[in-house]
Amino acid sequence: MIWLHRFTLILASSTLLLLVVGGLVTSTESGLAVPDWPNTYGYFMFSFPLSQMVGGIFYEHGHRLIASMVGFMTIILVVWTWLVDPRRWMRRLGAIALVTVIMQGTLGGITVLYYLPAPISIAHAGLAEIFFCLTVSIALFTSSGWLAGYSDAGRQNSAAHKDLTLSRLAVTTTVLIYLQILVGAAMRHTDAGLAIPDFPLAFGHLIPPSWSWKIGVHFTHRVGALFVVFAVLATALHVLVHHRTKKELIQPAGCLILLVIVQFTLGALTVLSGKHVGVNTSHLGVGALLFVTSVVLTLRINHTRLTMTSTQETAGFDASTTASSHSSLGANR
Amino acid sequence: MEARKMWTITSMMVIVLAGACGGNGGDTDVAPAAEPEAPAAMALDPATAGNITGTINLEGTAPEAEVIRMNSDPVCAGERPDNPRTEYYVVGDDGSLHNVFVYVKAGLEGHSFPTPSEPVILNQDGCTYLPHVFGIQVDQTLHVINNDPTLHNIHATPMLNDEFNTGQPIEGMTYEREFTEVEVMVPFKCDVHGWMNSYVGVLDHPYFSVSGDGGAFNINTLPPGDYVIEAWHEMLGAQTQNITIAEGETAEISFTFTIS
Repeated sequence: MIWLHRFTLILASSTLLLLVVGGLVTSTESGLAVPDWPNTYGYFMFSFPLSQMVGGIFYEHGHRLIASMVGFMTIILVVWTWLVDPRRWMRRLGAIALVTVIMQGTLGGITVLYYLPAPISIAHAGLAEIFFCLTVSIALFTSSGWLAGYSDAGRQNSAAHKDLTLSRLAVTTTVLIYLQILVGAAMRHTDAGLAIPDFPLAFGHLIPPSWSWKIGVHFTHRVGALFVVFAVLATALHVLVHHRTKKELIQPAGCLILLVIVQFTLGALTVLSGKHVGVNTSHLGVGALLFVTSVVLTLRINHTRLTMTSTQETAGFDASTTASSHSSLGANR
Repeated sequence: MEARKMWTITSMMVIVLAGACGGNGGDTDVAPAAEPEAPAAMALDPATAGNITGTINLEGTAPEAEVIRMNSDPVCAGERPDNPRTEYYVVGDDGSLHNVFVYVKAGLEGHSFPTPSEPVILNQDGCTYLPHVFGIQVDQTLHVINNDPTLHNIHATPMLNDEFNTGQPIEGMTYEREFTEVEVMVPFKCDVHGWMNSYVGVLDHPYFSVSGDGGAFNINTLPPGDYVIEAWHEMLGAQTQNITIAEGETAEISFTFTIS
């Protein structure tokens, strides 16, 4: 199981790289630098000469190569999980990840063939975050901490899963971040990133004096950022005040605070720098990290509840198979 | 049972998406609608035809053209040791403005003009488009030629005509295309080399010109009549003027764009 966990960490890291390179594709407006799909200028994807990966092709074709690698790794993940993990829901989760990455690749192809229609491109961006969330979740579910139930001294006194306020705060924060990412994707794919060119004001006012679709999307993203900051701080502070003995919650809560500060700053700098490629892409990458950190915190808060449910389900699994090959899962079952 | 239902739905979604991917852009075998009767071809009498000549000027100071950094493609960088500059504003020492598309916007309604048989050429040369601004008639063939030893993609982003994006990975390749609708202007870009852009004005008549040296333009052999002339610049927008051409007259008209 430890090797599967390490593999999932590599997969999740590769997915983050894929997301960032995808961000570079849009930031450099290279989305159509390779006009055909699944081929590349008529070449089979993997035989396209590296010497011709110039200009926008470097980003777009690079994105496709990394995506293929991630897809291949996901197939390995599914097989590996099927072989070594007795938890039926984990096998399903692996299969869902595979279906997601296939759909994601298909959306990527469609958006190229139809000249980047905004709804498809936004769906491509939104599904990318879901897939990233899945890979990080699978990595979490195969971690020793999750399998051991995060047993520590303070656990008995601060059962996070009984703290409904925390659970609701964490879920709300995660949903808000994802919605904010979708609005950000809409902004990115409708070229609304500089629809309001000043910051922190909007055309010198608190509220834009005139409106258009682009200004509306942009302003929604700004207002959404305030909600996200508030929700993240509320969740993280709740953890710090009420569950300070639980290291598995303190760490992601601290990361959330750090990430949301960085993310807010990058958002402001994206506007002030006129969408500098590096800043703009970093904003996308840190946004993804913020999202999955919130997902991890939410899952850890609900660890007991989730494992109780899965234990009941796994009880029906062939006991002889699990007992013989997966003794490390004993604590979880 | 729930799981089986989920798998069925997911499989259907994948199949539907894959099917959509294999489509050909929505072409269907629908019987063509009856075409409206073509307007009568204008009988042009060279003896009475007039001309329009003029200049385009710029008032104010244009931003200085920047050197294009081509180092993202070593072939382009090697092809252009002359450090070409951006062509957003090409201004002469005398304040004349180049690359302005001037054309008859109104006054020719009800007439049709033959489509020239010779193609219009758009070169990709030294990793720039030549010419930067040009005109073409509806249904006239456009030849886009890759003269560079590197690959380009030709991506047109019209509003009324069909968008297209095709690759030219080999030097010497020619791509042929026609436009079916009048549209001023259709932008071209190369997504491989983000600095490459060009504009074509698509018209249903041959009365257009692009300002060159001294900001000069000429529209010749125009039938006598009242016309609306428009001048379009990629950064400064469009201006129109009314003009009357008498028999055999060469009328002068000038446009001045202002930059603040």
